[in-house]
Amino acid sequence: MSLLKYESQLREPLVGGDKNYHQVTEDIISPIEMKPSKLWYIGFYISVGLLLFGAYSVYREVTYGIGQWNLNKTIGWGWDITNFVWWVGIGHAGTLISAILLLFRQGWRTGVNRAAEAMTIFAVMCAGQFPIWHMGRVWMAFFVLPYPNSRGPLWVNFNSPLLWDVFAISTYFTVSLLFWYSGLLPDLATVRDRAKTKLRKLLYGVASFGWTGSTKHWQRHESLSLVLAGLSTPLVLSVHTIVSFDFATSIVPGWHTTIFPPYFVAGAIFSGFAMVQTLLIVVRKVMGLQDYITLGHIEAMNKVIVLTGSIVGCAYLTELFIAWYGQNPYEWYAFSQNRANLFSPYGWSYWLMMFCNVVSPQLFWSRKLRRNITVTFFMSIVVNIGMWYERFVIIVTSIYRDFLPSSWSTYYSPSIWEIGFYLGTFGLFFTCFFLFAKYFPVIAVAEIKSILKTTGENYKAKMTDIEKADSDKFYIEEVEHAH
Amino acid sequence: MAGGIKKFVVGSFDDEAVLFPAVKNVRKAGYKIHDVYTPFPIHGLDHAMGLRETSIHTAGFIYAITGTTTALTFMSWVFTKDWPLNIGGKPHFALPAWIPITFELTVLFSAVGMVLTFCYLCQLSPFVKKHHFHARATDDLFVMAIECTDKTDDAEVQSFLQKAGAKEINIQVAETGWWIGRYDREQKLYREEKGY
Repeated sequence: MSLLKYESQLREPLVGGDKNYHQVTEDIISPIEMKPSKLWYIGFYISVGLLLFGAYSVYREVTYGIGQWNLNKTIGWGWDITNFVWWVGIGHAGTLISAILLLFRQGWRTGVNRAAEAMTIFAVMCAGQFPIWHMGRVWMAFFVLPYPNSRGPLWVNFNSPLLWDVFAISTYFTVSLLFWYSGLLPDLATVRDRAKTKLRKLLYGVASFGWTGSTKHWQRHESLSLVLAGLSTPLVLSVHTIVSFDFATSIVPGWHTTIFPPYFVAGAIFSGFAMVQTLLIVVRKVMGLQDYITLGHIEAMNKVIVLTGSIVGCAYLTELFIAWYGQNPYEWYAFSQNRANLFSPYGWSYWLMMFCNVVSPQLFWSRKLRRNITVTFFMSIVVNIGMWYERFVIIVTSIYRDFLPSSWSTYYSPSIWEIGFYLGTFGLFFTCFFLFAKYFPVIAVAEIKSILKTTGENYKAKMTDIEKADSDKFYIEEVEHAH
Repeated sequence: MAGGIKKFVVGSFDDEAVLFPAVKNVRKAGYKIHDVYTPFPIHGLDHAMGLRETSIHTAGFIYAITGTTTALTFMSWVFTKDWPLNIGGKPHFALPAWIPITFELTVLFSAVGMVLTFCYLCQLSPFVKKHHFHARATDDLFVMAIECTDKTDDAEVQSFLQKAGAKEINIQVAETGWWIGRYDREQKLYREEKGY
């Protein structure tokens, strides 16, 4: 049926090369059936190494206390919460791609959604580490749950943004996981049905839940995906909104602004897409998936980056303007002295953020640069550095000088265990991602097949002939009619 | 699980454009399509087969409002009845402050409930095993299984499928339900049946 659907020739094909359904299966699934390459092992062991270093840093923090970190009075939130917000932000691209772009009927999402969703899940896992270990007495972590307890029961404070965060992050993680895994079921069944060894048959058999591909099941699956996308769309916007409430509902100068929710959401999408670029540019090269993650996909994501980067830029300037226009001396001091003043202790971080997030993405107005892989890869890293500094600027520059100048702190820089913890989450993230890339189909096979006949390069080529034949016929009829 | 051992004529198609008229013709001829297995969702196939619309989204809505009411009633009960805390002198019934959690629980209940319902309706779970008519049904073939009764003439159905454009045709005796099993083992649910 899909042959009857016509797609404009002006749109570039989303699947390159001369493909049929079997070829799609072969291209995407055969890399995970082979033994891992040397490169994979090197990457994997480096990740595990980082993870272990992170685990040791956390061990020190738990054993000796939060004093292992260089947090001080007044900087009670330093790298940990910066990293938390940064990771959560990265975790926004996956669900945005799979949910919002599904609702907007963007065909190009099919090439990137699976890996982006996986990235989302791993990023949220990393994000979750920071508030949990920051509790200090981590064995009391269950106190955040509203359960009937022997202390009254003394319930949690439902009016606190920090508790909203607990609900937001855990819901986001659960829903993303369900969305991702329900989409994976048909593809895992494909891997199962191709499996040669007993072990693979067993493992993929268990993982694929006995999926058969029945039409009724597909019908329900489609409906489920659509509703989950509909639920995830406001969810993804709510999560970073709620994260921004952690700051916005306080009265700290520089935090107490109503612009935070949209500004955080735009920033989250911005950094998330940058991370997707970083990962997928490597994945497509190493796994030979250039036909599925095409330059068109990369360009589309770069367009999102330049849009959200500019929204973030507008937000920075608005914030600065309102701080001046609002005439609140504390607010204005936070902006003019703690941030915008290059010669203040952290002024450099504000301008680094401005450069990375606002100035550099403007390169992507050029089509040539949007389609340049090296530039994109470099930019994706620059953006993520910039977005990390955004959170650092918001958190540290607002609290290192509080209302009482006598408690203005000395210069805050992280301890090795704070840095180690951050590196450890990189270890966690990449360990998970390496395992994912090795054992799961990194591209949604079934979804690619469903768009193949409308957007595949070979089919589009044929479509030109069909269209030409049709228009010729129409022209001849017209001429005959005229005579 | 309801089902039992039955006999099927199985035709595999390699093009969905051929499959659609075939489904139509098979139904017109009065044969009973047990199911069509496809590697990806084919829009309109459910209608062509005469399946009714799924109402899983309605279930999702019901789970969603369950989540909303659970969150709102629980938080109101805690903060107005069970242990009213004075938080900065603000009202005990702080509805605006409860919107985030209410929203999150709405989404959570709906998503979890729908996925569980989906798995239940489709009988999907680890270690559930079903008969697969063709291993390539998850790769590149569209596999139509036609159920045979005592009165069905197998040869007739086969030639019918041949004409309809099926690439591979065979007859399979299969358990239609599901059973606990593993994909690395050849096993079939044993069920005493009278005939097929």
